[in-house]
Amino acid sequence: MSFDVEKVRADFPILHQEINGKPLVYLDNGATTQKPEAVIEAISHYYRYDNSNVHRGAHTLSDRSTAAFESARETVRQFLNAQFSEEVIWTKGTTEGINLVAFSWGLSNLKPGDQVLVSEMEHHANIVPWQMVCEKTGAQLQAIPVTEDGDVDLEKYRAMLSDAVKFVSIGHVSNALGTVNPVREIISAAHEIGALTLVDGAQAVAHWAVDVQELDCDFYAFSGHKLYGPTGIGVLYGKRALLNDMTPFMGGGEMIETVSFAKTTYNKLPYKFEPGTPNIAGAIGLATAMNYLNTFDRDDVVAHENDVLGYALKRASEYEGLRLVGRAKHRAGVLSFLIDGTHPHDVGTLLDQQGVAVRTGNHCAMPIMEHYGVPGTVRASFAMYNSRADVDALFAALDKVKMFLL
Amino acid sequence: MSQVFGVDVTTEDIIETLSFFDSWEERYKYIIDLGKELPAIDESLKVDEHLVRGCQSQVWLVPEVEPDHLTFQVDSDAHIVKGLLAVVLAAFNGKSAQSILDFDVENYFNQLDLVRHLSPTRGNGLRAMVQKIKDTAQSIQ
Repeated sequence: MSFDVEKVRADFPILHQEINGKPLVYLDNGATTQKPEAVIEAISHYYRYDNSNVHRGAHTLSDRSTAAFESARETVRQFLNAQFSEEVIWTKGTTEGINLVAFSWGLSNLKPGDQVLVSEMEHHANIVPWQMVCEKTGAQLQAIPVTEDGDVDLEKYRAMLSDAVKFVSIGHVSNALGTVNPVREIISAAHEIGALTLVDGAQAVAHWAVDVQELDCDFYAFSGHKLYGPTGIGVLYGKRALLNDMTPFMGGGEMIETVSFAKTTYNKLPYKFEPGTPNIAGAIGLATAMNYLNTFDRDDVVAHENDVLGYALKRASEYEGLRLVGRAKHRAGVLSFLIDGTHPHDVGTLLDQQGVAVRTGNHCAMPIMEHYGVPGTVRASFAMYNSRADVDALFAALDKVKMFLL
Repeated sequence: MSQVFGVDVTTEDIIETLSFFDSWEERYKYIIDLGKELPAIDESLKVDEHLVRGCQSQVWLVPEVEPDHLTFQVDSDAHIVKGLLAVVLAAFNGKSAQSILDFDVENYFNQLDLVRHLSPTRGNGLRAMVQKIKDTAQSIQ
């Protein structure tokens, strides 16, 4: 079956509207993706017919919502090809997942002299939690250098791997540059010296099928809303043995086994990391988004997205005055650029007036902006419902922006 | 000699001119041109102390307190933001501390139909600049 982008677009109601009198061209998928009708309907159905708290009630609705909630967890397990469903922890999103690992694992395991490695191109969410935990434990956070093209410098990375390195936390795809990092290699090199690894998969999961067993990562974090699912729900995958050894990050209801003022014992996995009433509708919505993606041959989606991004890169390379930021060969989803003589914010504002939605600024990745000596970039980021026509609309709108600003 | 915002160019002038335009092209051209009217700020003043941080663009604000009024030098690295700074200056520059505090900035922004740009996002630092101007006025009251 070949991939029909027009059919896909028909599944996303939000795309069919005008912005400032122009047809919407949505190219801010790195920030969040739009939701297919199936996801909107699943959330609505849940609140209309099944809403109830999970794992508690002695009634039919609670049984129904618990079944839907736990079946959503199983859907995620299959989506990631994790070994056990209790390795799937619900979070608010990628940020919470990374914080959970940094604080739960880091506070009990890091000591002065230890090192944590992240790359220079990380999102702030994969820098700041580690900085906070390093400050508390006396460990050191080190940045793996990035080459001029925007790739992790693997040679320098290998040279940094000493006995002091206890943890390597790396983005699967850079949100600012679009670089796809060779995480398999980075993980196995870290394991050789006994360090644990986390992959920030926020910008990867929507693009191709991720297999956590094949990657052999110790943790993998992502957000539902960048995967055609709702906001406020995300997943932390962790290897069962590691999660079992970790202490809870937050306390409350649901995560306990017994409570007394003398001592509280914790619930088993995955509940010990899920205090309070979870985002039930979010979990169901996310599972629906995954099921939606699974109705396609994922290889067809990859081929389509590569075609659109490749076309965008080709047009960009021919476009006068356009400077690409990040020239990694293996990339996904993102075109980050500057137009000579203009400020990204002005470009973004004038694109919006023409119905083209992009993000501008530092993309919550100030260190890599500093690396390139730019205040920020214009970022067009693509999803499965974008087409070559969207790319053409972007460049037509850029022509007009240049008339204004140059 | 360029015109002085708040003295030669008033909020009424700006409201009236903007209401006259039909297309976004005209509105934005006007905003960008307003920014070009702002006198250049000395590079030595572009220091952290004067920086109003936004996620997408940078704004510098240098207040000067005179006995009966306040004046402000402003700059931004983005043209449209600079134009919007001129729009804001038209309301506050050369005014007494009391009239700065009394000025209904929400009402002004609403009349300009530029609310989206002036909305309390982390975007462009404009709201933060208005707050800094009001704080300066408050501090000398």
